Amino acid sequence: MSDTRKDARTDRVDTREVESRGAARDQSGTAGGEPVGELSGRSASLWADAWRELRRDRIFLAAAAVVTVFVVMAIAPILFTRTDPRACDLSRSLGRPSADSWFGYDLLGCDYYSQVVHGARVSVSIGVLVTLAALVIALVLGSLAGYYGGLVDAVIARLTDVVFGLPFILGAIVILTVFENRGLFQVTLVLAVLGWTTMTRLMRSSVISVRDSDYVLAARALGTSDLRILTRHILPNAIAPVIVYATIYVGIVIAAEATLSFLGVGLQLPAISWGLMISDAQYRIAEAPHLLLFPGLFLSLTVLSFILMGDALRDALDPKLR
Amino acid sequence: MGRYTARRLLQLMPVFIGTTFLIFALVFAIPGDPIRALAGDRPISPSTVATLRDEYNLDDPLVIQYAKYMVGLVQGDFGKDYNGREVTDIMAQRFPVTIRLAVVAFLFEIAIGLVAGVVAALRRRSYLDTLVLVTTTAIVSVPTFVLGFSLQLLLGVKLSWFPIAGISQGWYSYLLPGFVLGALSLAYVARLTRTSLVENLRSDYVRTATAKGLSRRRVVGRHALRNSLIPVVTYLGIDLGALMGGAIVTEGIFNLPGIGQQVFLSVRAQEGPVVVGIVTALVLVFIFANLAVDLLYGVLDPRIRYE
Amino acid sequence: MPATEVLTATEATPHRADPLLEVEDLAVEFRTRDGVVRAVDGVSYHVDAGETLAILGESGSGKSVGAQAVMGLIDSPPGYVTRGSIRYRGRELLELDEGGMQRIRGRHVAMVFQDALSSLNPVFTVGDQIAEMYRVHEGASRAEARRRAVEMMDRVHIPAAERRYGDYPHQFSGGMRQRIMIAMALSLGPDVLIADEPTTALDVTVQAQIMDLLAELQRDTTMALVLITHDLGVVADVADRIAVMYAGRVVEQGAVSALYERPAHPYTLGLIESIPRMDDERDELVPIPGAPPSLMRIPPGCSFHPRCPMAQDVCAEDDPPLYAVQPGRESACHFWEEVLTSHG
Repeated sequence: MSDTRKDARTDRVDTREVESRGAARDQSGTAGGEPVGELSGRSASLWADAWRELRRDRIFLAAAAVVTVFVVMAIAPILFTRTDPRACDLSRSLGRPSADSWFGYDLLGCDYYSQVVHGARVSVSIGVLVTLAALVIALVLGSLAGYYGGLVDAVIARLTDVVFGLPFILGAIVILTVFENRGLFQVTLVLAVLGWTTMTRLMRSSVISVRDSDYVLAARALGTSDLRILTRHILPNAIAPVIVYATIYVGIVIAAEATLSFLGVGLQLPAISWGLMISDAQYRIAEAPHLLLFPGLFLSLTVLSFILMGDALRDALDPKLR
Repeated sequence: MGRYTARRLLQLMPVFIGTTFLIFALVFAIPGDPIRALAGDRPISPSTVATLRDEYNLDDPLVIQYAKYMVGLVQGDFGKDYNGREVTDIMAQRFPVTIRLAVVAFLFEIAIGLVAGVVAALRRRSYLDTLVLVTTTAIVSVPTFVLGFSLQLLLGVKLSWFPIAGISQGWYSYLLPGFVLGALSLAYVARLTRTSLVENLRSDYVRTATAKGLSRRRVVGRHALRNSLIPVVTYLGIDLGALMGGAIVTEGIFNLPGIGQQVFLSVRAQEGPVVVGIVTALVLVFIFANLAVDLLYGVLDPRIRYE
Repeated sequence: MPATEVLTATEATPHRADPLLEVEDLAVEFRTRDGVVRAVDGVSYHVDAGETLAILGESGSGKSVGAQAVMGLIDSPPGYVTRGSIRYRGRELLELDEGGMQRIRGRHVAMVFQDALSSLNPVFTVGDQIAEMYRVHEGASRAEARRRAVEMMDRVHIPAAERRYGDYPHQFSGGMRQRIMIAMALSLGPDVLIADEPTTALDVTVQAQIMDLLAELQRDTTMALVLITHDLGVVADVADRIAVMYAGRVVEQGAVSALYERPAHPYTLGLIESIPRMDDERDELVPIPGAPPSLMRIPPGCSFHPRCPMAQDVCAEDDPPLYAVQPGRESACHFWEEVLTSHG
């Protein structure tokens, strides 16, 4: 799992797309003449259009449904299973899936279905918390860098480069090893500290692209304060690509958490996490493949759903494709 | 171009220093006394402790430690581990494995990713295109360690097509791990190639090329593809640097004695100098890969000018 | 797409013996997710050797799509030629396979596009892009292709052609880039040149230079020029005949002078009244009210009737055919006689 690479890619793609907006052909019919209207109206209609697209998008609906299921599972696992994941019976060790126990039993004879269901909490909460934290950092730093440019931009850019230059998993391993006890908080903190760079770069380039638009110039000419311009005029129009990436990023973080837990530097037992479960199972996989299959499946399905949601959102928000 | 290179190098200096200092500070902030850890339960004489602490500058402030380290680094001295082994020796032993792994992964990315992307773009909305889209999305969703285990179990243990672990069978040992390591980027290369080619196939200059009476083959192969590959090649360049830093999981699963496995063991053993040495080397690789890509970009796209 | 035998009112006009390029009852539609766009719906025109035909229309009138159909450049999906015929020297182009079209394109019928910057390949030098014509079509050697490409660049008046051979498109000005496009299109001496809004993206002074160049290049040959434009001003000086398009159809067609002086369609009349002229006696310009219809929802009857000052009840119901006004002169207006007499 190398998330630095994912980071690098999104960054590249974004700039490329911005640069290569090709000229539209003649057939488009209605060309130009878009009024420079009230800006909240502009961004509102962008999202309204996107929402109308998304409601018709079956892939998005399916992905959103899966995400909803996992979120509910994270909040109230009891809705899915009444079996205690820690009620174990060694006599059932490595029991295969059966009608009694859909997902079989783990090494200690604990019900695996119950374990997998309870594992959703860690993944979903870390995914969401890290993304929110990184998003806040990115919105602040990206807006400042993009709006003010100059020295502010240079300092933020170098800071971003420094963190970005650190191999992601490697950096996380080194930092996490520092902590004696690693829980949800420590893992979230480390992933957030390492994971804000791509969103910041996205936000920066997005802010730059709207910074010089007529409505911003108009607001500035009217003497509107920088803060108000940033929050009222720039942010709503620049945030779309960052939101798209953030949606996908939830999936990336969930995969990263599982990877770190798998490597033994993430969450520690007795926490229940899909990564830990696979790590725990790794020497028994040949004899009990269900130990890999179910947490692996749930993990991949969660990641997949967030990626698909992000992809659909990107398509819906990109008027070029419509 | 020379001036541009110089300026980029100058820009990358603070990044290099910042990143390495960050990792240096983190590694040497690991609680616990490395000298004690080294000694284990054996008694250790205070004079030995003092000698060792002196050798590793452990009594200096962090910044001084770092400065001394960097001075050594510039002269090619990556320091020694706590057993007195040169870090450069360790790297010389470990790096070839990781490089081989990365090269195999890289070849997979090009051979499969690029071809799949081109095919999908040319047969847009066809069965093949859907297959490529679905497969790549699936690959991106499966974390590397899950994919690694699954393929190891399936192709190694059950079917015995590939060795389960180790490097005893030469290049053949690297095939499966290489695929696992490259899978994510492979999927991405395929999608990037597809998107890029689809976009270029719709471009005005491709229409011009068709209007010139060129064959479809020439229109696609010479005009559209040449432009579409610009982002793909730059991505591949960056990825070659990033693959090495991303090899930890793959090397762990397939028990390959490469740099990733070493760094993981060293972190666990609190072998600070080794961790810092290897990460520094990886950061250097990453930085130079980026610089190379920047320069390559200008060669590929004449519109880019270096000021 | 095989041509279907559909007789339209155009049949009323006598055909000349052997038109160089003849388009008949052409229809092109785009099947999009939101519906079918009838970009071109029953268009007929022809052009003879040495002649300049201007196809005039607003954006979205289907003039460019029609031209692209002639070159076989409609991407399908989503675009389809649904009926009609395109004949070059009597040969049906719509029946040709891809290989057959390749032999026509560039060599016999060439095309110049609106935006030269995006229409030239950004990663090849302009010289190579022109030389490619000789290399591919005539198997010329590298040196030979280069020599002739430089010659073409000279002919379109690119200063220091030899030196600029190795420059990339982005290193040229807009006008120079369009000259490169023209050099490329004319490199093999085609019989027909279709110029799709060749000057729209350019400054006014440069526009005139490019039009002069086209006229100059045409003068020495028997090349036919199909000039697609939305600019009535551009047309007057260079064109022999004009076909006016509206909502995917030709609404009026005829010789430039006749059409200018006495338009036979209210749309043409509106266009003429909405442009400023040097010899203007009118006090103000009169724009045409409203906007062209969406090609997905073309009004019933005459597609121009919602904007037409002379519209009557019949216009909303009956789609007017092309009436033969005079020999070589047609108008798709029920009241063409009134239009003709109302003006001058």
